Amino acid sequence: MNKVDLVIIGGGPAGMGAAVAAYDAGVRDILVLERDHRLGGILEQCIHNGFGLHRFKEELTGPEYAWRFEKELHARGIAYRLNTMVLDITPDKVVTAMNSEEGVFQIQAGAVILAMGCRERPRGALNTAGTRPAGIYTAGTAQRYINIMGYMPGKKVVILGSGDIGLIMARRMTWEGAKVQMVLELMPYSGGLTRNIVQCLQDNNIPLLLSHTIVDIHGKDRVEGVTIAEVDERRQPKMETAQYVECDTILLSVGLLPENELSKKASVPLDPMTSGALVDQRRMTEVPGIFACGNVLHVHDLVDYVSEEAEIAGRGAAAYLGISGENYGAEDQAHITVKPAKGVRYTLPQRISAVEDTTVFFRVTDVHKAVKVVVKADGEVIQSRRRPRVAPGEMETVNLNAKTLADCTGKTLTIEIEEV
Amino acid sequence: MFDVAIIGAGIIGGMTARELSRYQLKTVILEKCHDVAMGTTKANSAIVHAGFDAEPGTLKARLNVQGSEEMEQICQDLGVKYQRNGSLVIAYREEDLPMVQVLYERGLQNGVKNLAVLNQEELLALEPSLSDQALGALYAPTGAIVCPYELNIASVGNAMDNGTELMLDYQVTGIEVQEDGFLITGTGEPVKARFIVNAAGVYSDKIAEMVGDHSFTITPRKGQYMLLDHDCVGTIRHTLFNVPSKMGKGILVSPTVDNNLLLGPTAENQEDREDVSTTQEGLNMVQQNALKVVPKVNLRGVITAFAGLRAVGSTGDYILTSPVKGFWNAGGVESPGLSSAPAIASYLVEHMAEQGLVLEPKPDYNPYREALHAFNNMTIEEKNQVIRENPLYGHIVCRCETISEGEIVDAIHQNPPARDLDGVKRRTRAGMGRCQGGFCGPMVTEILAREWNIPLEEVTKFGGASYLNVGKTREVKDHE
Repeated sequence: MNKVDLVIIGGGPAGMGAAVAAYDAGVRDILVLERDHRLGGILEQCIHNGFGLHRFKEELTGPEYAWRFEKELHARGIAYRLNTMVLDITPDKVVTAMNSEEGVFQIQAGAVILAMGCRERPRGALNTAGTRPAGIYTAGTAQRYINIMGYMPGKKVVILGSGDIGLIMARRMTWEGAKVQMVLELMPYSGGLTRNIVQCLQDNNIPLLLSHTIVDIHGKDRVEGVTIAEVDERRQPKMETAQYVECDTILLSVGLLPENELSKKASVPLDPMTSGALVDQRRMTEVPGIFACGNVLHVHDLVDYVSEEAEIAGRGAAAYLGISGENYGAEDQAHITVKPAKGVRYTLPQRISAVEDTTVFFRVTDVHKAVKVVVKADGEVIQSRRRPRVAPGEMETVNLNAKTLADCTGKTLTIEIEEV
Repeated sequence: MFDVAIIGAGIIGGMTARELSRYQLKTVILEKCHDVAMGTTKANSAIVHAGFDAEPGTLKARLNVQGSEEMEQICQDLGVKYQRNGSLVIAYREEDLPMVQVLYERGLQNGVKNLAVLNQEELLALEPSLSDQALGALYAPTGAIVCPYELNIASVGNAMDNGTELMLDYQVTGIEVQEDGFLITGTGEPVKARFIVNAAGVYSDKIAEMVGDHSFTITPRKGQYMLLDHDCVGTIRHTLFNVPSKMGKGILVSPTVDNNLLLGPTAENQEDREDVSTTQEGLNMVQQNALKVVPKVNLRGVITAFAGLRAVGSTGDYILTSPVKGFWNAGGVESPGLSSAPAIASYLVEHMAEQGLVLEPKPDYNPYREALHAFNNMTIEEKNQVIRENPLYGHIVCRCETISEGEIVDAIHQNPPARDLDGVKRRTRAGMGRCQGGFCGPMVTEILAREWNIPLEEVTKFGGASYLNVGKTREVKDHE
């Protein structure tokens, strides 16, 4: 069986970022396995701009952002295989993959980085009643139709869910000549970035109906319309508000799910809150030598943060392989558990295994104005910071330095939101 | 002039066609939809019933037990997934226990083998994830599961491989009884046939009326279902029924041969013969029942919901009658219709023979059909051999179900050819998984356009007006 020091599953922004970082930390024997016919992942169909503002301080399109990383891969001569599907990963890091040229092949990896990205929640996951005609797409599928294939999925559109892809597609379809009737959001707030609500909806006069959902889908062969209704505080439709809206297309932008089927095969334990792996501060899962980063780990708002996380994982893998000179012993020296508390949905990482400067990412459960983010160690406040506004759609961070963490060994850290 | 024209390419039409294709006969199947298996067959409980449910002495009872016994061999010959997982009819209340005994006795009378009545302890030992409210059950080890549309596609395909013709998008609008047979008119060239098999499902009473037979009516009975992802199956192995009621066998929980978990159906009589929409109430009912049976079932794992219509006949039994010589009804084939299908097919063929259909065996008849889904079950060496011969097998298109381009292209060219997105889905499972075609849908659409050599905008989801896109981006804008 072929041996490779580091196998990276996925050649999107996470996989490419991890590959470059691992190389720069000294790993030379790297193989990136990508299922599509080119590198870049989902960025290839994200032709709108707004990528890279944090990282490159300029506005790039998705393919441009991907190309920056692809060039870095080429410059370092990092090996990758395209059109290659990974079928299996074992806990002892045997990777089974397949493509048309080589057939099915197996590699014994020294370390593995999972970077498979995420998928969109389909209609079935929503339990929306009605018929099952053509014309119901996830926003990402519609994006592929328009931006990659050059075909219009429909002319008169209702979008359910105000996630970022839905907002982007509302604008995209409008610009391509479709009539976007409305965007419906079940929650009383949007899950998308504020800038997308302004630029995609408001600038194009597309109404956003908060606390609304689709209760019925009509049309036998092709979508003909939807019944929409307002929902109450428990998110149950108020049927007296039901109204019919004509459309030939429904786009769903109702959440993304990390694609962890391979992770499960490798016996990687998952966090039910993120649907991604449980990881330490270097993004190593609970299976030694298997790392995860990007949207397979938890869903990010901005690709810039994916790149940042990918670099942490790439360097972590280099340390694990003993190549970078950093210590990444098997023994967990710090044993710090990180947990969400009041008002926080999840934290990442979920554990800290060594005393070093660590940024903890987290998402809140609701929109709040003027709050304090409080970090406690075994119930005692160790850090507190004011934030003018927090929202579930925007990732938050707290920085914990090594000095602070040195006193937390063996303890449980909690992160919570306090109203001011 | 055909010897036999079969109206309807569902499981009954398909199995009958296959049975007829053993003989030197000219047979045609007329199907109103864009593909086979588009009615009741594509949306039911996918169960091969053991046969304890039907009243002894009925056609339902007899043909169920017979069909169920033949099913395994047929599936093997046709390369269709079949699993004898056994079924349990569970009582949750003291007053349900006598019904378990009734079913047991009925099963014995019907000739069902190896039935047993289980107490709570025995039941929970078999199915540990059941609710502890379950008091006891009837255990039928001969109960099985099968994929109904796969069996339907394979039976039509095998019949076609043996010379049967299939006319799709052919809706029968009239039948003229003539001296030497029948003249069938519809949405295509008129067809002449000496015999007709009316396997038109929820429309079988309407077809019967065309030859003046008003002896029965069909009431469509809607059943709503939910399908859960692979990792929701857990330890569940058996098909789990509740003690039955008047409206059917109740809502069940069952693994499928493709390792999903199926919940449903509801039972709602309606007039509309086309309406297969789901309703919030129906889906809620399915979920509530599933939680009652398996309290820990992961309802977040639902990947799709759908509904089908059973063709419930007015007589209470299957309507296998010949109102006019040469014309055979296969009406009222509700549950256990799938289980009975092989036996119904033989029944019809035998009775047509009695009316003068000459059954001369075909010397080159081939009962076998190669399974499309074999690739995923191959060893690495076998897969590599296949990929060397056809590199398309090395290119995965559907990532959720691991389906390659090779399987999709083969399904498009095999009998009966896949002509639309749903046709590819039912044949290969591409798009059947947890993302429901979100990723592979556009790619399968491109493959369909390429293989059929048609513009992308002509590819449909399931024929008719189920178009997937409205043309090229710039062209749409220019029209506005």
